[in-house]
Amino acid sequence: MNYPDEITYGNKDHFRLASFSLPSSLLHWSKPPPSRTWTVVMTYQQDYLSPCLYPLSALSDIISTVEFNHTGELLATGDKGGRVVIFQREQESKNQVHRRGEYNVYSTFQSHEPEFDYLKSLEIEEKINKIRWLPQQNAAYFLLSTNDKTVKLWKVSERDKRPEGYNLKDEEGRLRDPATITTLRVPVLRPMDLMVEATPRRVFANAHTYHINSISVNSDYETYMSADDLRINLWNFEITNQSFNIVDIKPANMEELTEVITAAEFHPHHCNTFVYSSSKGTIRLCDMRASALCDRHTKFFEEPEDPSNRSFFSEIISSISDVKFSHSGRCIMTRDYLTVKVWDLNMENRPVETYQVHDYLRSKLCSLYENDCIFDKFECVWNGSDSVIMTGSYNNFFRMFDRNTKRDVTLEASRENSKPRAILKPRKVCVGGKRRKDEISVDSLDFSKKILHTAWHPSENIIAVAATNNLYIFQDKVN
Amino acid sequence: MAGVAGPATGSGAAGGDGDDSLYPIAVLIDELRNEDVQLRLNSIKKLSTIALALGVERTRTELLPFLTDTIYDEDEVLLALAEQLGNFTGLVGGPDFAHCLLPPLESLATVEETVVRDKAVESLRQISQEHTPVALEAHFVPLVKRLASGDWFTSRTSACGLFSVCYPRASIAVKGEIRQYFRSLCSDDTPMVRRAAASKLGEFAKVLELDSVKSEIVPLFTNLASDEQDSVRLLAVEACVSIAQLLSQDDIEALVMPTLRQAAEDKSWRVRYMVADKFSELQKAVGPKITLNDLIPAFQNLLKDCEAEVRAAAAHKVKELCENLPMEGRETMIMNQILPYIKELVSDTNQHVKSALASVIMGLSTILGKENTIEHLLPLFLAQLKDECPEVRLNIISNLDCVNEVIGIRQLSQSLLPAIVELAEDAKWRVRLAIIEYMPLLAGQLGVEFFDEKLNSLCMAWLVDHVYAIREAATNNLMKLVQKFGTEWAQNTIVPKVLVMANDPNYLHRMTTLFCINALSEACGQEITTKQMLPIVLKMAGDQVANVRFNVAKSLQKIGPILDTDALQEEVKPVLQKLGQDEDMDVKYFAQEAISAVAQRLRKLDFPVKDSEEPSAPGADKNHFLRPRGPGEDTGKEGAAVRDSQAPR
Repeated sequence: MNYPDEITYGNKDHFRLASFSLPSSLLHWSKPPPSRTWTVVMTYQQDYLSPCLYPLSALSDIISTVEFNHTGELLATGDKGGRVVIFQREQESKNQVHRRGEYNVYSTFQSHEPEFDYLKSLEIEEKINKIRWLPQQNAAYFLLSTNDKTVKLWKVSERDKRPEGYNLKDEEGRLRDPATITTLRVPVLRPMDLMVEATPRRVFANAHTYHINSISVNSDYETYMSADDLRINLWNFEITNQSFNIVDIKPANMEELTEVITAAEFHPHHCNTFVYSSSKGTIRLCDMRASALCDRHTKFFEEPEDPSNRSFFSEIISSISDVKFSHSGRCIMTRDYLTVKVWDLNMENRPVETYQVHDYLRSKLCSLYENDCIFDKFECVWNGSDSVIMTGSYNNFFRMFDRNTKRDVTLEASRENSKPRAILKPRKVCVGGKRRKDEISVDSLDFSKKILHTAWHPSENIIAVAATNNLYIFQDKVN
Repeated sequence: MAGVAGPATGSGAAGGDGDDSLYPIAVLIDELRNEDVQLRLNSIKKLSTIALALGVERTRTELLPFLTDTIYDEDEVLLALAEQLGNFTGLVGGPDFAHCLLPPLESLATVEETVVRDKAVESLRQISQEHTPVALEAHFVPLVKRLASGDWFTSRTSACGLFSVCYPRASIAVKGEIRQYFRSLCSDDTPMVRRAAASKLGEFAKVLELDSVKSEIVPLFTNLASDEQDSVRLLAVEACVSIAQLLSQDDIEALVMPTLRQAAEDKSWRVRYMVADKFSELQKAVGPKITLNDLIPAFQNLLKDCEAEVRAAAAHKVKELCENLPMEGRETMIMNQILPYIKELVSDTNQHVKSALASVIMGLSTILGKENTIEHLLPLFLAQLKDECPEVRLNIISNLDCVNEVIGIRQLSQSLLPAIVELAEDAKWRVRLAIIEYMPLLAGQLGVEFFDEKLNSLCMAWLVDHVYAIREAATNNLMKLVQKFGTEWAQNTIVPKVLVMANDPNYLHRMTTLFCINALSEACGQEITTKQMLPIVLKMAGDQVANVRFNVAKSLQKIGPILDTDALQEEVKPVLQKLGQDEDMDVKYFAQEAISAVAQRLRKLDFPVKDSEEPSAPGADKNHFLRPRGPGEDTGKEGAAVRDSQAPR
């Protein structure tokens, strides 16, 4: 039997959430105490960062995606429980410079619920795989959220007035005697406490046979794409009952399946260009102008394999887990298991830059395979000016690479060292035999603490780091 | 509620009339904010009633401010509101106060839902006509400017649709400003706004002075047509049509054609698709001379485009293009310049292209006449009838009537038959369904003899198809055939074959007999129904499968109106009453339904129905079903169905 949804290549789900979680832990999203932020310069000489910690608990609270909106004013997270939490940045005021980067909970809503596909006898998890913000079009905010099968468009809007005055009821809601009505009252709008509402505007369902791994909004503002393991579909925001298939790599015979799509993204400015990455470590760039079905790529980015490094795990670790265009649109960045690579769009035969994220794991691949960690899908992000790259690692470590100075740093997001306003110390993993003080041995790394999802403010040095069920917000020091 | 408006209207404003007339209005106002969307929607739809009751003064000062802030509602409520406000001028005090309606419509013009915004713009356009020229400049133009310079692109896109309505009535100075605003929207940062501007470019050009069209619109058009986003460029193609209509031949050649030529060769297939899709309009707009010089070569390129979507769109336009060519030299032009490309398309690699062509190619025969059709088109038709893709064959078959007029269908019938047979046996049931639907048409054109000889067996075979939808369509098909060929034909060819199936070992086929009878009885008339069909139906009441039995009950109910009262009374009723005591729940239920229907019909015919002959309750003595029944014995819905029918008595 050939169950189409059993493509687990590079897609082994580590968590295996068995029971359905209830939207229980709203209370855990309590507001952080005031003044928990500290402004620290984030340079690679000093590497001091300060955290702002939002504690969470329960398995359903494991954060599965983090995304700033286009202004950086809002930050959205999605979790395994199908919830979306939106944080809003504190309004800046001159005498509170230190609170510059503080974010407070703005809105929380249940985006997806667990479902059951009766035709295929499959549970559809409510886990939010990706969130993408739309460019702002009016006073409300719009975002797309997706689980494995269904993309939803949400509107998040504010309301600060409510109508008052009824004809048939008095102020306390008691019914009036109809005989006493001598004049008509038109309701009047009165100010009230600000209320933030999230309303589902569109549901884009039933278009994906496999698991959706990416969504990406097009620069034409009217379409977006959704990619699953074998296909990419193009949607119009206004139309939910049809989508156009733009990539289909499903072989006629599933036995011949050799690669799957792992991530896809639109070019930030050219509405006709998009890239998708594959489990074989390659990236294809397609031009939608050329033809309706983009099964022939325009560019094909692949680095020739180094035969000396060939091993049983070569193919698994070369699988690309994330692909991101730079803000300028000139480069793309890819993350595979051990490295981050930057490719120039005009050079297909090798990346212009390669950064080792945790090369010390190369000798541990065997045990990482056994505990499934080798299938972890790390994401990667650019900073606002495309000069710095950030991506995650294990032991709650995350890495930053400065493309200009070629310096890099390892930082840790953990509760122990992230008291408010604390300064983050750079971490070092000991590679050789002799461990220096303040170094961590490779063998003592905790592989259950992984940082898969991070986000970088579009214009400032503020970053959000999701470490299992904790969200940390750090910013560079200003003074 | 309509009656409510009466007294309130009479008094002009509410207040003095007392409670009777106020109460319904009070309810309506309160329901404007009911939790149930449907109630809110109802209230909004009666907004004119509320406004009438409030009077013009209070409508302006209280109702409209409230509505202006009601933009948080569901789309359908907002849509209804936007629509209502377009017809509200009279209710706010006439044209002098039309500007009071602008604030609520302005806020509706900025919501994210396109249909609501479009409706708000439509209402604004309507209201603009009711403004005096002074009010237009004092209130409406400022609104357009506000929207056009709004922070969010929703408001700027809405503004694009309002320029053309205020321009003709504005003073010269304001006209200049309006043009300036439109220009800036055409080069807006967001593609959404540029698209909105591009789609309104033609409409705006129409109200401009010809000089301004040449000096301002044409450069805007050229810019939009070379926008970096192909989603904007493709809209410029549409604008091309409207602009070309305004210009002289020389101006078209100089100002529009360079852009159009460029669009027809655009790098993006979507733009080329748009050119193909709008080809007939373009052809009419640029006139015959440019068509011959420029458009025909462009069309040839589109027909052999590398993208199948473009070829398909062009193929769709083949017939219209040929029809619209100037009569003089049309035939030679088609034969030399178009037909060679069509021949290529018949063997295209893409089935959408082939089926698009197949849906229009038959239309060429009337344009080219008998000889050319036989010599050049017929081979193509025949090739398409043998195409591997069923859609292509279906499209040819569904358009047979065009050819029939020119060369007669006999030329085709030799190839037609294998094509039909193959479609009729296609593995995909949707294909079989499609060909069934063309059967009555084919039967009409091929005539009864050909039909009996070649196609009748197919129609009968569909009755035992393993897909229900096919069997269902096949029964409907039989009915249509009977309508076409008459009852005598039915009696000789169809009815016997249908009735034989009543003894089929497969109960699904036995049910098909019943469905056929349901469909055919009306077309066949009383005599055939009573003499041939009824006995079979009655016999099937003893079927061992419950599904067949309850379908017998349903059939009897269905054919009841066609039968005469004797048959109903003597034959149908006893059988139904027996079924009414069936051990199966569903059989009992449908039998009771049928009994009451039959009883009703008998009453209508003034046939004396005695109480004692009314159906007995379920579970009554099996041997004595004419037993009178007491009301206490009713249990369940079966009983209830009967009791309802007795109520009028």
